[in-house]
Amino acid sequence: MSQLQLCLVLSSFLFCIGLIGAMARSNTILVLLGVELMLNAANINFIAFWRYGPDHAAGTGILFVLFSIAIAASEAAVGLALVIAVYRHQKNIRLQEANRLKG
Amino acid sequence: MTLALILLSVLILGSAAVAIALRNLIHSALLFVGCWAGIAAFYLWAGAEFVAFAQVLIYVGAVSMVVLFAVLLTRQGNELEPVKDDSFNRFIRALIAGGSVAGVLLGAILGTPMDVNTASPAPTMTVRELGARLMGPHAAALLIVGVLLTVALLGAVVLAAVDRSDQPEDAP
Amino acid sequence: MYFPASHLWIIPALPLVAAAIGALVPRSGRALASGAAIASMVAAFFVSCLALHTALADPAAHAAHNFAWFDVGSGAMRLGWLLDPLTAFMCVMVTFVSSLIFIFSLGYMKEDANFKQFFCFLSLFAAAMLGLLVANSLLLLFICWELVGLASYLLIGFWFHKPSAAAAAKKAFITTRIGDLGFLIGLLWLYDSTGSLLFFDGGHGVLEAATLTALTGKTLVCCGLTVSTAIGLLIFCGAVGKSGQFPLHVWLPDAMEGPTPVSALIHAATMVAAGVFLIARVYPLMSADQVLANVPLHALTVVAFIGAITALLGACIAVAQNDIKRILAFSTVSQLGYMMLALGVGSWTAAIFHLLTHAFFKALLFLGAGSVIHAAHHEQDIRRLGGLGAKMKITFATFAIGMMALSGVPFLFSGFWSKEGILHAAHEWDVSHLPLYAGLAAVVLTAFYMTRLMAETFFGKSRSHESGHAHENSAVMTVPLVLLAACAILLSLLAWPSPWLQHQLDPSAHSEPGGISLMVLSIVLVAVGIGSGWAIYGRKPRATEASPDPLETAAPDIIAALAARLGFDELYAATVGRLNSGFASLADFMERWIWGGAVTLLARFGEFTGVVNRETDENTLNGGFDSVSHQIRGTGRAYSRAQTGDAHGYMRFIALGFVVLMLFVMLGGSR
Repeated sequence: MSQLQLCLVLSSFLFCIGLIGAMARSNTILVLLGVELMLNAANINFIAFWRYGPDHAAGTGILFVLFSIAIAASEAAVGLALVIAVYRHQKNIRLQEANRLKG
Repeated sequence: MTLALILLSVLILGSAAVAIALRNLIHSALLFVGCWAGIAAFYLWAGAEFVAFAQVLIYVGAVSMVVLFAVLLTRQGNELEPVKDDSFNRFIRALIAGGSVAGVLLGAILGTPMDVNTASPAPTMTVRELGARLMGPHAAALLIVGVLLTVALLGAVVLAAVDRSDQPEDAP
Repeated sequence: MYFPASHLWIIPALPLVAAAIGALVPRSGRALASGAAIASMVAAFFVSCLALHTALADPAAHAAHNFAWFDVGSGAMRLGWLLDPLTAFMCVMVTFVSSLIFIFSLGYMKEDANFKQFFCFLSLFAAAMLGLLVANSLLLLFICWELVGLASYLLIGFWFHKPSAAAAAKKAFITTRIGDLGFLIGLLWLYDSTGSLLFFDGGHGVLEAATLTALTGKTLVCCGLTVSTAIGLLIFCGAVGKSGQFPLHVWLPDAMEGPTPVSALIHAATMVAAGVFLIARVYPLMSADQVLANVPLHALTVVAFIGAITALLGACIAVAQNDIKRILAFSTVSQLGYMMLALGVGSWTAAIFHLLTHAFFKALLFLGAGSVIHAAHHEQDIRRLGGLGAKMKITFATFAIGMMALSGVPFLFSGFWSKEGILHAAHEWDVSHLPLYAGLAAVVLTAFYMTRLMAETFFGKSRSHESGHAHENSAVMTVPLVLLAACAILLSLLAWPSPWLQHQLDPSAHSEPGGISLMVLSIVLVAVGIGSGWAIYGRKPRATEASPDPLETAAPDIIAALAARLGFDELYAATVGRLNSGFASLADFMERWIWGGAVTLLARFGEFTGVVNRETDENTLNGGFDSVSHQIRGTGRAYSRAQTGDAHGYMRFIALGFVVLMLFVMLGGSR
């Protein structure tokens, strides 16, 4: 197995850990952190393909990761603000109970 | 090189898995910090120093603080309550769904021939080059990210702000 | 035995490991945490002695070991360790004094619930200070400098449930931060103009001749300052904050809110010494502009005058304080002023000598004060103490030694020799004699207020219930006192009969014996100070705690002003605070009227177009859409059943959908 494949395996496992966390936990903060893990896994992929890809000088992978980190940071800020807003309304942060908008 | 990668992977995956499974939110937030630091180490390993610094600054520094704040602000009175929230049923279903995703991804990775030259030295990209690229071909994206961050900041403030007139029953 | 500079990291690493142990053990692991802290400190002391031995073998050499910290693209950020007599002497002092303070804390903090955290913070504090000492890079020094600030914040606010302690911690942190901003700017400027932050780097370091010549050659556009002067002054800002110099001295007396061993550590060994050490370390940079005669301002002139002002100011305020620890705190401010004065007048060796002797006797005084406070059930007001001399003989004797060393009682005590060196250097300075006069005035005041402190605390009869029941503390607290007292006397040997220490620190400096007349003058001044102090406070001891202070009855206005610390805190609240809120209101005005007005205008315009739009809509287009939208609503209702509100379920669907898609692609691809 080449190093690139190792990196990809790492990233897919990390992605799945984040996914399982997001799907299994009821605490909204942990769900958000699971989403962050998935984003991180994607970033690892970008870096891995940049590292073993043909065109290092273009640096597309690095640039993409930088943008992705910026987006992840804003996602965390907004997400956690949402968590606080939800907490204020229903006095807990259980995701399954935040369903007032259901059909 | 490969050994370092494997060790890093074990660190990252281990801390992420334990963090997701823990019941104590503070502990799992701290483990997340460890996981992010491990990812930063991975970036260093891959030769992307600047990204590693950004990862440390943003995740290990900023996001972890925001998470800790959120945890502390939403602390529930009875610490024992969350135990029964995490239903076993949902966990099993999540495991099945996540496991099948993992299986599919693994199959795709292992089934694709990737004959890259592993012996090639880690590429370097100086901060100067990176800056030139950011300011040159990607300047528009950079601007949009700036706007996005501002909007996210304002949005977070608006969402988290207490609107007194909204909830008269909250008034002390 | 030879100790290479490349292994210097061991010295700060030892207490750092102890801090880590302290952080990781559970709350009940008191013995482990304190044991690790003390053992690591003692070990660091022996390593430092070894380093000193090596450094003294060749005092002129600056043995440096540099390494690359990380690469950024093509360049690398380099850090390093530096071993020279300055570092080695400071390390020995810090480790020795800290060890004794740690041992003293065993007794002092015995009943505290957060005992193990205390030792964790203490170790971190010492580790940061030692890291600062062995750094061969201004960047590494700055990092440790900030760590020292952090640890001091944690320790001053250690009893954070007291609001005053929390406020004091915040004040210390923020005030020093103001100075650190200057330091940081100076550091960046230095890096920008030299491309290096290493002190010694085989001819390329910032303290070496080639770089300094280049720096003095550049002149700023405004004011005619050289770049080295400007950078030196900016770095001095950091030292002003950390060493409690005028005008940023306000945090230091408030730092008394921490536990007494912390005060001893801050005032003697670690925090405030850092500023003096910094200036001594970058002394070549500070003095680089001395070679040019035609610049409007030498950096060191500023240092000298700031030091002189601080020395006099601190001593004046100390006269009117009543809290035993506050008197000592202002005396620290004053003594630090002396050190800065010595640096400013060009004798950094005298400054370091005074720093070393001061560390010992000030640690002694603070631990003695801690012993008194501990025995008197946390009574700190000297008006309510009194008569402790008979009850606490060891504390009394050692405190007296410390007091005499601080006052500069001649010949036997180390403080005399180091103060003499500073006064001598100030006398030699050819720019101005004002600092010398300030220093001499402070000599009288120092002797006076220390005599007052002694007389009020230890003589007379006890004036409160707490001090009446005081008794001597256990050996764990008295033995450090005795050791420090011995050192306060023995350190005289470093300066007498010959200025051995100064010669070791700077072999190139010519050292001539101090002028006899100056020495006689300062002895007379000390005698005047002690004599008047005894005449006012010692002969007729205060009868009750409420009886008025003789000085206060004589000159109530002056004493009241001094007791209020000359209103510096209020002044800062009135000026800096006002300024801040003024800017805030200005910004508020801009926001409300200028930007807000523009936005309102836009909104009005939007509203107008909206009205026009609606009129056309309602009257012309509506009919046909109504029926269509009715159908759409029906479909929407049907679909909304799928919106269960279960976010986990959505995520599962997405995941499974992804799996199906992937399988489709993979199996399809193989066909």
